[in-house]
Amino acid sequence: MRVLAAMSGGVDSAVAAARAADAGYDVTGVHLALSRNPQTYRSGARGCCTLEDARDARRAADVIGIPFYVWDLAERFHEDVVDDFVAEYAAGRTPNPCLRCNEKIKFAAVLDRALALGFDAVVTGHHARRDAHGRLRRSADPGKDQSYVLAVLTADQLAHSIFPLGDSTKAQVRAEAAARGLAVADKPDSHDICFIADGDTRGWLRSRLGEQPGDIVDGATGEVLGRHAGAYGYTVGQRKGLGLDRPAPDGKPRYVLSITPVSNTVTVGPAAALEVTTVYGDRPLWTGPSPVSVDVQLRAHGSVVPAQVTVSDGRLVAELARPVRGVAAGQAIVGYQPDPDGDIVLGSATISHATSLAGVA
Amino acid sequence: MTYLDHAATTPILPEALEAYLAASGAVGNASSLHAAGRHARRRVEEAREQVAAALRARPSEVIFTAGGTESDNLAVKGVFWARRAADPARIRVVAGSVEHHAVLDAVGWLESHEGATVSWLPVDEVGRIAPDALAEVLDDDVALVTAMWANNEVGTVQPVAELAALAAARGVPYHADAVQAVGQLPVDFAGSGVAALTVSGHKLGGPVGVGALLLGRDIPCTPLLHGGGQERDVRSGTLDVPGIVAFATAVEISVKAQEAFACRVGALRDELIDRVRAAAPDAVLNGDPRDRLPGNAHFSFPGCEGDALLLLLDAAGIACSTGSACSAGVAQPSHVLLAMGADEDRARSSLRFTLGHTSTQADIDALVAALPGAIERARRAGLTKSTRR
Repeated sequence: MRVLAAMSGGVDSAVAAARAADAGYDVTGVHLALSRNPQTYRSGARGCCTLEDARDARRAADVIGIPFYVWDLAERFHEDVVDDFVAEYAAGRTPNPCLRCNEKIKFAAVLDRALALGFDAVVTGHHARRDAHGRLRRSADPGKDQSYVLAVLTADQLAHSIFPLGDSTKAQVRAEAAARGLAVADKPDSHDICFIADGDTRGWLRSRLGEQPGDIVDGATGEVLGRHAGAYGYTVGQRKGLGLDRPAPDGKPRYVLSITPVSNTVTVGPAAALEVTTVYGDRPLWTGPSPVSVDVQLRAHGSVVPAQVTVSDGRLVAELARPVRGVAAGQAIVGYQPDPDGDIVLGSATISHATSLAGVA
Repeated sequence: MTYLDHAATTPILPEALEAYLAASGAVGNASSLHAAGRHARRRVEEAREQVAAALRARPSEVIFTAGGTESDNLAVKGVFWARRAADPARIRVVAGSVEHHAVLDAVGWLESHEGATVSWLPVDEVGRIAPDALAEVLDDDVALVTAMWANNEVGTVQPVAELAALAAARGVPYHADAVQAVGQLPVDFAGSGVAALTVSGHKLGGPVGVGALLLGRDIPCTPLLHGGGQERDVRSGTLDVPGIVAFATAVEISVKAQEAFACRVGALRDELIDRVRAAAPDAVLNGDPRDRLPGNAHFSFPGCEGDALLLLLDAAGIACSTGSACSAGVAQPSHVLLAMGADEDRARSSLRFTLGHTSTQADIDALVAALPGAIERARRAGLTKSTRR
């Protein structure tokens, strides 16, 4: 079987490619050049788009002993991930670009091209498992699990995906990389958004969307409490950086409750007002039954909450068993069926809005 | 392995390798005054005479460098600086639009950092510069003209003698990058009328990392590398005696063998073109169909991406090239094809096969066997570009 290993230059994808080669696959390594202007060296936050990362990936491929190429997907990445990211923030939502990249780039543009070129599957270093039934499951390393950002994949995409690291912890992967002589064994993890090199998302958005001053409004009274330079710089549930000089009457911290692009308003209020009990999702991709009682995860690396999920007419509704704070439109809601061999992903949807018993949050 | 990338680098000639190894065993800095130094210097000067004789230059016109890129940079920047120093009004560079990046980017640097103005010479659909285009832009403000002898991507041979004569008539030095030409075409420095000519070792069977700039005796040139002034005070750096000796050996042999090479490899290349066309009837041959490097065949395969074809052929043991790549290894649409009027799709769908002194018919057999399957898959991959959006 011929497989294409996507190699970012990091330790995970290097070990994944090595394991695929050990498993007897005919492996070809590919580094995806995603940046229009690749930085020569890593600086500040670490991405996966620098020339140094391309070199690290190439050296890993050399050590593993597989052919290696660089595929230029910068235009595609820009259109499908970066522009989408900007548009989503401009619309008052909080997108997850890693999820979009998996959906549109790694398991779409790259996978399609690989299949056309005669490869049978794409190998990635994601920490997740695909079981014998083709179902996506959480990684053995709960701290590193990436099933949330893979939950947007269709059954067909999953059927052509191989995740060799799913049964391992990150520590095991690093140890194995060192034992294999891969120089990236102790390379730091990437954490931030890869195309925002310095990690300053608000500043990056400002450079693209410009200053758009507007009001910060009290959710209960409608009173204008302050000004903001652009509603896109705020996320539901955010507490820091509101820049309000007047404390709330009760002296408690205020949070962003909602963002309204039409009026360019950021609405704030107490933590209690953040609580939602019903979450609505668009573009559901659901393989499980409906309605069904499952655990749902509402943000990357977030905890799960039990919910009753109903999927019908291109819409997902989750009635949460207990109120949850800080649910942001644009994030994914992912349903999991708890399982000792790794919770099983039943499906996902993009959160459109959420409500509480007290009203729309 | 089927090696069809001789224009990138060609195997070292056994005689050149032998000369390299023999010379590397001897100690001696060619600038030293003692016996060991004199011996090293003698080897260098013999090599200089060898290169001069092979390319019809005077020994004093041979400046050894670290290869084609250095020679190109030295000629373009060095002659520009010297000519501008003599007359501040001379700030214009006239350059071919299909030059190798070593010239292209050196000219671009002069434009962005040295206040140069640039006139890019257009090419026709086969990549050839019309002498009239040069005549039109030549004026008193021109510091130099640089246009290659033969194109490294599509193989088109330029009318160098005509272009150089036009420049000479206006007293403007003409530099030709002849990296691909030496050993493949007759190259006569004195007879061509060029003022400066770039030669590279590893393209003609010598080692990598050594080359020469042939620079007319009366052509002013400001150094790029300052130091000991070893090469006519235009180029500094301890002379690489083994590299230079091996380079000269390869120049001499390849120039002597040029006619036979052009005949044998040219016939193989013609067969490659015919058989590729038979296997892929819609393949488009790029470059001048007649006046081209004997080892060069360059095609566009409609509906395919060159880098997909390259990957598939590589997997089948066939080495070829898509053209220029940036430092990250990302294929860019070729500026050469774009200058020839190709659209971006045609530029991205191109592949270069180059033959050399070790090429045989078996290489063509292997290519033609693998090509149809690769084209079919690459075409399918090309179609996926618009799906799953």
